[in-house]
Amino acid sequence: MLGSFTDEQIRRYSRQIILPEVGGKGQKRLLASRVLVVGAGGLGSSAIAYLAAAGVGTLGIVDNDLVEVSNLQRQIIHGGNIGLSKAKSAENFVRSLNSDVDVITYQERFSANNARELIQEYDFVVDGSDNFPTHYLINDASVLEKKPCSHGSILRYEGYVTTLKPRGPCYRCIFKTPPPPGLIPSCQEAGVFGILPGIIGTIQASEALKFILGIGEPLMGRLLCINTLDMTFYEAACEKRKDCAICGDQPKITRIEQNNYRENITEECGL
Amino acid sequence: MTEELEELDLRGEVCPYTFVKTKLRLEELDSGQDLTILLDDSAATANVSKSLKSEGHEILNLKAISGGVWQIVVKKA
Repeated sequence: MLGSFTDEQIRRYSRQIILPEVGGKGQKRLLASRVLVVGAGGLGSSAIAYLAAAGVGTLGIVDNDLVEVSNLQRQIIHGGNIGLSKAKSAENFVRSLNSDVDVITYQERFSANNARELIQEYDFVVDGSDNFPTHYLINDASVLEKKPCSHGSILRYEGYVTTLKPRGPCYRCIFKTPPPPGLIPSCQEAGVFGILPGIIGTIQASEALKFILGIGEPLMGRLLCINTLDMTFYEAACEKRKDCAICGDQPKITRIEQNNYRENITEECGL
Repeated sequence: MTEELEELDLRGEVCPYTFVKTKLRLEELDSGQDLTILLDDSAATANVSKSLKSEGHEILNLKAISGGVWQIVVKKA
C-alpha cells in the first residue's frame, strides 16, 4: 500500500497517476468525487464508461427507460441487456469495469420534483438528456444548487457541448428560450450518427474529470460545435446575460416550478 | 530540516509501476526530504531517474550496489 492505494489501484490508475497534473493526490480526489449523469442514453453511455474507468468514486445515474434494440447502435454500455432498465444496465456495466465505483441508480424521470434534491448530492452534473424541458430543468436546478454542469446535444451528424457555470453563462444565457415545438426534429425522425454521442459524451466526461482535478481550461463560456460529416470543430464564444432569467442580476426564476418545464413542448432528440 | 532515512524497495517491480510507486511515495514526503530507492533492473533505474528529473526532483546519487541492484537517492523538489 502506498498513499492508501491498493496494489490493484496503483496498476489500474497508473497511466493517470503518472500524469504530472494528476498524481496520487488527483486520483484520491477522483475517488472521493461524486458525479450525477442524467440520462444513460448515447451521451450517458460514453460519459459513464469513462468516468467509471477513471475512478470517480460515486456515480449517480438517472434514467427511467428500458434498453431497446434500437439503442444499441450508439448506446454502447447496454449490450446484452435488452428489456432491462437503462439505469440498472449502466450499473452492471460500471460494476464489471471498476468495482471502486459506487453506483447509485435512480430509476425515475428527472423531474421538477426531484431535480434539486438529486443535484445537491453531487459535485458535477452531466446532462445526457434528450429533450428541451429537461435541459432547462437541469440547468436551472444546477444554477440554484451552484453546481457546474456539462451540457451536450446531438442531432444527425452535428452536436454541441459546453460547460455551464452556476453564475453564468448558463444554458439560458446561450439559449434564452426553447425553439418552437416541431422546429427541431427528433433523432427518431432525423437519425443520428452513432459515433456522435460517443464524441460528445466523452468530452462531457473530460470536463467533469478536469473540474474535479482542478486542471486545464474548462469549456465554460464556449460552445463547441462539432460536425462529424465534415469533421469540423468550431467554437462560439458565449457570455453571461445580465438579464438571464435564472443567473442574471434580477432572476425571475428563483425556484423550480413544474409549469416551467412542461412535457411535450418539443422533443429534440430521442438519443 | 530533519534527515529521516526514507527507503522504497522496488526490487521485482517493473515499469511503469516503478515510477508510479516512487511518485506516490514522494507525495507523502516533505519538500527537501530525501528518498532512497532500490531497483533491480538497469532500464527501470534509468527510466525512474529520468522521470524524477523531468518532474523537477534532484538526483543526489545513482549507483550500482551489489548483485544487480541499483540505488537512487533523490531529493524531493
